[in-house]
Amino acid sequence: MTHEDAPHAGVATDHGAGRAPENPEPGNPEVPEQRRDEESATAGLTTAPLDVDEGADGSGAGTPGGPERDGERARGAGSFGGTRAPGVGGALSWTARELVGWGRWFWRQLTSMRVALLLLLLLALASIPGSLIPQERSDVTVAADFRRRNPGLSEVYDRFQLFDVYSSIWFSAIYILLFVSLIGCILPRTWQFVGQLRARPPRAPRRLDRMPAYTTWRTATAPEEVLAAARRRLRKRGFRTDLADQPGREGQVAAEKGYLREAGNLLFHVALIVMLVAFAAGQLYHSEGGKLVVQGSGFTNALPQYDDFSSGRLYDVDDLERFGFTLDEFHYGYSRDSVDIGTPTEFRADVTYWTDDGTEKSDTIEVNEPLRVGDAKVRLLGHGYAPVVTVTDAEGNTAFSGPVPFLPQDSAFTSTGVIKVSDYVGPDGEHDQLGFQGFFNPTYNIDEVRGPHSTFPEPDYPVLTLNAFHGDLGISSGIPQNVYQLDTDDMEQLRDESGDLFRFDLLPGESIELPDGRGTLTFERFENWATFQITTREGNSWALTGAMAAILGLVGSLFLQRRRIWVRARTDADGMTVVEMASLGRTESAKIPEELADLAADLQPDAPMEREPEEREPEPEEPEPEDPEPEGPAADPDPDRDPDSATEDDAGTEPDADAERKPDSASSAEGARP
Amino acid sequence: MMLAADQGLADASNVLVYTAMAVYALAFLAYVAEWILGGRSRVARTLATLEAEARDEAAGSAAPAGPAVTVRGRNGTSVLERPKVVTRSANPGRADVPDGPGAAGGDERGDTYGRIAVSLTTLAFLLHLGGVVTRAVAVERGPWGNMYEFSTAFSMVVTGAFLTLLLLRRRMRWLGLIVAGTVLLDLGLATTVLYTETQQLVPALDSIWMWIHVPLAIFCGGLLYLGAISSVLFLFRDRYEAKLAVDAQIGTFSRSVLGRLPSSATLDRFAYRINAAVFPLWTFTIVAGAIWAEDAWGRYWDWDPKETWAFITWVAYACYLHARSTIGWKGRKAAYLAVAGFLCFLVNYYGVNIFFDSLHSYSGK
Ligand code: HEM
Repeated sequence: MTHEDAPHAGVATDHGAGRAPENPEPGNPEVPEQRRDEESATAGLTTAPLDVDEGADGSGAGTPGGPERDGERARGAGSFGGTRAPGVGGALSWTARELVGWGRWFWRQLTSMRVALLLLLLLALASIPGSLIPQERSDVTVAADFRRRNPGLSEVYDRFQLFDVYSSIWFSAIYILLFVSLIGCILPRTWQFVGQLRARPPRAPRRLDRMPAYTTWRTATAPEEVLAAARRRLRKRGFRTDLADQPGREGQVAAEKGYLREAGNLLFHVALIVMLVAFAAGQLYHSEGGKLVVQGSGFTNALPQYDDFSSGRLYDVDDLERFGFTLDEFHYGYSRDSVDIGTPTEFRADVTYWTDDGTEKSDTIEVNEPLRVGDAKVRLLGHGYAPVVTVTDAEGNTAFSGPVPFLPQDSAFTSTGVIKVSDYVGPDGEHDQLGFQGFFNPTYNIDEVRGPHSTFPEPDYPVLTLNAFHGDLGISSGIPQNVYQLDTDDMEQLRDESGDLFRFDLLPGESIELPDGRGTLTFERFENWATFQITTREGNSWALTGAMAAILGLVGSLFLQRRRIWVRARTDADGMTVVEMASLGRTESAKIPEELADLAADLQPDAPMEREPEEREPEPEEPEPEDPEPEGPAADPDPDRDPDSATEDDAGTEPDADAERKPDSASSAEGARP
Repeated sequence: MMLAADQGLADASNVLVYTAMAVYALAFLAYVAEWILGGRSRVARTLATLEAEARDEAAGSAAPAGPAVTVRGRNGTSVLERPKVVTRSANPGRADVPDGPGAAGGDERGDTYGRIAVSLTTLAFLLHLGGVVTRAVAVERGPWGNMYEFSTAFSMVVTGAFLTLLLLRRRMRWLGLIVAGTVLLDLGLATTVLYTETQQLVPALDSIWMWIHVPLAIFCGGLLYLGAISSVLFLFRDRYEAKLAVDAQIGTFSRSVLGRLPSSATLDRFAYRINAAVFPLWTFTIVAGAIWAEDAWGRYWDWDPKETWAFITWVAYACYLHARSTIGWKGRKAAYLAVAGFLCFLVNYYGVNIFFDSLHSYSGK
C-alpha cells in the first residue's frame, strides 16, 4: 500500500496499526514551501474526489461539529448559520444558511469516497439474505412451503420484506442512495476532467530530484536545444507537452500522459448508471408467459392463450408482439450410457411461425437457442407426454376425444394427469360426468413401494394407468379449476363387478369397457408436448452496451498509468548545460522510471552526456529560484486538494511488471531524503 | 453427437490426477524442508538485526550507485552509456522495511530444497494438466461439467499461475508451500467427496457460453486465490512490521517465518495487481453468464443464488478497489475486504452448489 502513496512528503498514511500520522496536514502553514510546490505538481493527477473530512487516520469521520477545512464556518462552531441577526429576517436567513449548510454537508458526505464505499459494502451485505431465504419472485412454491413450515418466522420475514429482498424498500434505498452518490460523484469529476484536458500539464516542482524517478547529466548542448529535443521526444511518445514560456516556467518542459485512465474510470461509472437504468426498464416493461403446446397444435400470442402470464408494472398487454406458431414436431433423446443413464442429450422443437404481416417460416427452438420474433423470444422450457384418449358414453357416442397432457413428476417421466369428461350420458340415460386420474409411464414398472412408475424417460413400454370416477366434476361451480387436478369431493369412484376399485392399465391402441355399461375408454396413442416461455423485455441492448462499456472503462482505468514528466535544462556556472529529468506517476510502478530512463537514452544523440571529472551526486542543494507565484493557477486546477486522495491508488499494471524483478530500477533509493 | 464417454480414458485421467497428488505431496515436503532449513540459517536467525541494517542500507545500496541502466533491445541486452535514474521510495517510514530473504533464508541447502520443490511442482502440474486434458477427451467436452472437474481445473489454474509467476519473476517461492498444500487439499476433496463419473452434459449446458463463462470463472478464481493468500500474509507481515517498528517483543516463530516473507508493501502490491487484473475479467465472466441466462432462461438477471453470490463477490472486490483509494481504508481494512471477496467466491463456488436451491445446481455434487 504505502508504496503507492503520493511520492511527495505531506502524505499521511495509515498503517493500520493505529500509528499516528507522521506528517502535518497539507495546507497547514507549517508545511514548508517545498511541500506545497510538490503538492501542486501532484495535483489533479486523478479526479478522485477529495475526502475533506477524513483525517489521516480515518477517524475524523466528518461529523457536523468536527473540523472543516473549507472556511465556511469557524473550527468547532456548532452550526452553519453563523451569528443570528435579531428579528424575523435574521432568524429566517439564519435558518436558510443553516439548511443550506446542512444540505451541502450532507451532499458532500454522500458523494465522498468513504460513503460510496460504505454503500457498496451495504449493498453486498444486503444481497445476502435474498440468497438464503426463498424468494417469492423466483420460486413461489418453495416460498409458500417455507411459510407453511415456519409461520411465526415468516411473519417477521414479511415485516422486513425478506421474501422479496430485491425489490424491498431497504434494498432499493441502498442502491438508490448509491446511485445518487455515483451521479453526484461523476458530474463534478467529469467537469474537472474536462478542465484538465484543457489545462496545461502543471509546471515542474523546483526540486525535481525529490520526484520518484529522477535523472540528471551534463551536456554541451544549449538548454533551448535540449528542451526542444525533449519536447519532440515526449510528443512522439504521446505525451501532452508544454514548453514553458511564461514566468516561472522558463527552461522546462512539462508533459503528461495517460488521461485515458480517468476517461476510463468515468466511462465505467457512467456505464454502471446505464446498466441500472436498463435493468429498471427491463423490470417495468417486460412480459413473460408460459404455454404448453401439444405436438401438432399451435399458439397465438394473446393474453387468453397463456397458461400463466406476468408483466412489468408499466407493460401494456396490447403491445404483445403479434405472432403465433405451431409445434410441428418435438425431438428429444436420453442417454442410455451406464453412467449417464437418463441424462438428456437433445431437446429440439420444430415449429412453423407466422407474423403479423402474413409471412410464415419454419424454424427450430433449442434449449439455448430461443426463437426471436420481433421483440419477443420464444424459449423451450420442458416437455412431456399427452395420451390421446377417446371416451364413449353408455349410448356409444363419443363423449371425449383428444390429447391430455400429463405432467412429469420425476426425471424418468413418471407422469400424472387427469381426464375430465364433462358432457357424458350414463347408463341410465341421465346426464353425468366422468373423471379419470392416474399415471402415464413411458417405461412402465411397478413395485410395492412406489406403485406404478417409470424407469426411463423414453417410451420403451408406455402404459396408461387410471382410476375412474363419476359424479360432479365441479366445473360449473364457477371456481377456476386446475386442469391437472381432479376434485373428487362430489364424485364416486367406479368399482368393478367384484366390488373392487376399478383401476386399469392400457397400452397404446388398447381399450377398456367401463363397469356397469358406462361406455369405453380407448388409449389411442400418445403425443409429445412442449412448454414454451414467451418473453419480451425492454432495455436488453442497453444493458449489454452498458456492460461492455463498463468493462472497457475498467480496463482503461485499471491498466493505464497516468504520469507526468518534467525536463529542465539550465546553464551551469562553467557554461555546461545541466539537464534534469523527473517523472511522477499516480502510483509507483517500475514502468515509470523505466520510461524515464528510455527517454533519457533517447535524448543522448541530441544532448550527449559529458563525462565529469568525478561522479557527483545529484545536487539537491541547488539555490532555489524565487517562486514568482504561490500557486500555478492554470496548471493546477485544485491546489488545495488533499494530496493523499490524489495519488493513493496503485496503477494496476500487469502483474508481471513488478518492482521486485530487478534490483536496479525500482524500490527504495532514499538518496535524496532530507 | 451422442458418443458415450470413454471409460478407459477417464480411468487414465484419474491415474494421472492421483499421480499428480503424490508428486504434489513430495513437493509440499520439499517446501517444508526449505522453510525448516531456512529457519535454521544464520540469516534467518539474525533477521531482526539484518532488517535494521537493511533499512539503513536501502538508502545507499538500492540507489544505483553508478551502474548505467541496462537497456533491453531487440538484439539482446546491452548496457548503454546512459544517465542513471534515481528512484525514490514513495514513502517515509515503515514502507522501507525490505523484503525478507525468502523461504530458504539464505541457507544453501534450504535453497536446494526450494529448487527441488519447484521442479516437483512443475512435474505435478504437468501430470495434473494431463489429467484434466484426458478427462476432457474422455467426456468430449470442456472438463468443467461438475464439481469434481471444476475443482481439479481450479487447482490446476492455481499451480499454473504460480509457476508462471515464478517464471516471470523469480522471487515468488514464498507462495509455494501454501499453493502445494492447498492444491493437494483441493484435489483430495475432489477425488473423494466430489468425485463424479464421467458424464454427458444436459442440453442446457450445451452452449458456446459453456466454453467462455465457466472456464473464465475457474481462471479468475485461481488467480483471486493467489491474491487472497497474499492478502492474508500481508495481514500477518504487516503486524510483524508494526511490532518491528516499535521494537516490540516478537516471538521466534513469527520472526523466523514472517521475517522471511516479502515486505508488507510488496505483498499488498502483489495482491492488488492480481485483484485489479482479474476484476475486469470477473466482470466479463458475470456479463457472459448473464448473456447465457438470457438465452437459456429468458432473463439475464433474476437473483438466482449463483447470480447473487457472483454479484456479491463482484461488489466485494469493487469495495476493495475503492478502499484502496479511500483514506483510512487502505492497508489492513482493504486487505480484509480482499479476503472477504475471495470467501464470497468460495461460497459461490462450493456453497451455492451444495447448500442452495439454485437453477445452477445441475453441476452435481
Ligand atoms: C455503483 C457502485 C460503484 C461501483 C461498482 C464502483 C466500482 C469502482 C471500481 C471497480 C473502481 C476501480 C477502478 C479504479 O481503481 O480505477 C472504482 C474507482 C473509483 N470510484 Fe467507484 N464504484 C461505484 C460507485 C462510486 C461512487 C458512488 C463514487 C463517488 C463517490 C465512486 C468514485 C470512484 C472513484 C473516484 C474511483 C477512482 C479511484 C481512483 O482513481 O483512485 N465510485 N469504482
